[in-house]
Amino acid sequence: MAADEQVTLLDTWASSIGMRVRIALAEKGVKYEFIEQDLWSKSGLLLQMNPVHKKIPVLVHNGKPVCESLVIVQYIDEVWKDKAPLLPSDPYQRAQSRFWADFVDKKIYEHGRTIMTTKVEDQEATAKKDFIDTLKLMEGELGDKPYFGGETLGYVDVALLPYCCWFYTYEKILNFSLEADCPKLNAYCKRCLQKESVSKSLEDPKKIYDFALKLRKKLGVE
Amino acid sequence: MAKSDVKLIGAWASPFVMRPRIALNIKSVEYEFLEEILGSKSQLLLESNPVHKKIPVLIHGGKPICESLVIVEYIDEVWSPGPAILPSDPHDRALARFWAAYLDEKWFPAMRNIVTAKDEEARKALMDQVGEGLVLLEGAFSKCSKGKGFFGGDQIGYLDIAFGSFLGWLRALEKMNGVKLMDETKTPGLLKWADSFSSHPAVKDVFPETEKLVEFAKVLAKFKATLPK
Repeated sequence: MAADEQVTLLDTWASSIGMRVRIALAEKGVKYEFIEQDLWSKSGLLLQMNPVHKKIPVLVHNGKPVCESLVIVQYIDEVWKDKAPLLPSDPYQRAQSRFWADFVDKKIYEHGRTIMTTKVEDQEATAKKDFIDTLKLMEGELGDKPYFGGETLGYVDVALLPYCCWFYTYEKILNFSLEADCPKLNAYCKRCLQKESVSKSLEDPKKIYDFALKLRKKLGVE
Repeated sequence: MAKSDVKLIGAWASPFVMRPRIALNIKSVEYEFLEEILGSKSQLLLESNPVHKKIPVLIHGGKPICESLVIVEYIDEVWSPGPAILPSDPHDRALARFWAAYLDEKWFPAMRNIVTAKDEEARKALMDQVGEGLVLLEGAFSKCSKGKGFFGGDQIGYLDIAFGSFLGWLRALEKMNGVKLMDETKTPGLLKWADSFSSHPAVKDVFPETEKLVEFAKVLAKFKATLPK
């Protein structure tokens, strides 16, 4: 990275989508400043950099903001293109990667939000089954590959890996076991956590669970 | 490439299907259009998109690609050289993708829900939301177009396609509700852009007529009423 490049990440420590950006920056070896945001009292900087959604994560590169986690990850891949490519070079494979990252957003991210903001007794009868079925679909897509990206970490891995530290929380709320119900995905998470770019970007699952409980109490669902 | 190598499964009234059709037209790619019938899903659709079972699906050399904007990026990457659909600068690309995500996740759902709004108050709230979104998009247009006629500059690009594909339904909604959501005072740039977009050679043959969409909306409402709750 050139000496005059300024990279700042507006984020919150527990955010699964913020972690996507952290993994991508770590894979590319990009040095950046992490500015923790208080989402209950939003900073002037956040409101200025993301006036449309007022949400994190926001990447600020040489003063210009980029918003939406997967848009940011693609931006990082395109700007720092000489190291650790996240999207494959073949257009069909790229389309498959984009499809599955979008699937993670539509199914896992959205399910996760619903699980987090719903009382245990109000969770849909099918919530647990639907969530596990979604994870099994991801297992099917992973197949025998070490990563969704093949031999190396790719775009879909970056989209999904943050959930490795959030699964413990979902297990507790929905009362299931990742190891029992999705052993392949469980093994995948353990394997990926051995990579420094992943382990230093994710948080301790127990700390996430404490955070989740406090948030659920604040939202009146715990 | 032979026409039979490129197939698109879709339906004439779907804004999402319109997106890859415009992209293929920009690249002058011939394709076979396989129209799905409302109320039933073809075996080919179910096999090509087992995850979502939705249109559009592009089938290129026998391989399926799903999700309208994923298909548009694929078309841009495969058929190059050819007029570029995504901008070349990474920050401009990020901006185009950001606004496309806004349209799909926030703006269009509000517009779509106007039809099924439970009462007048809910309908008005949604229309206000759509109107406020258009003011935001007017700002985006100023920024992205850099004084030219399209979001993509001199030529139509990714964001023109992502947003323009909703114009037919926007006009139909304005007609059905007797309102003007895009107007000269609040969104003058977008009003002019909408005309240029809908009459563009790559767009005009796949742009649905307002009257036809108004009629189709009635058919759609009747069909939805027959579905189990």
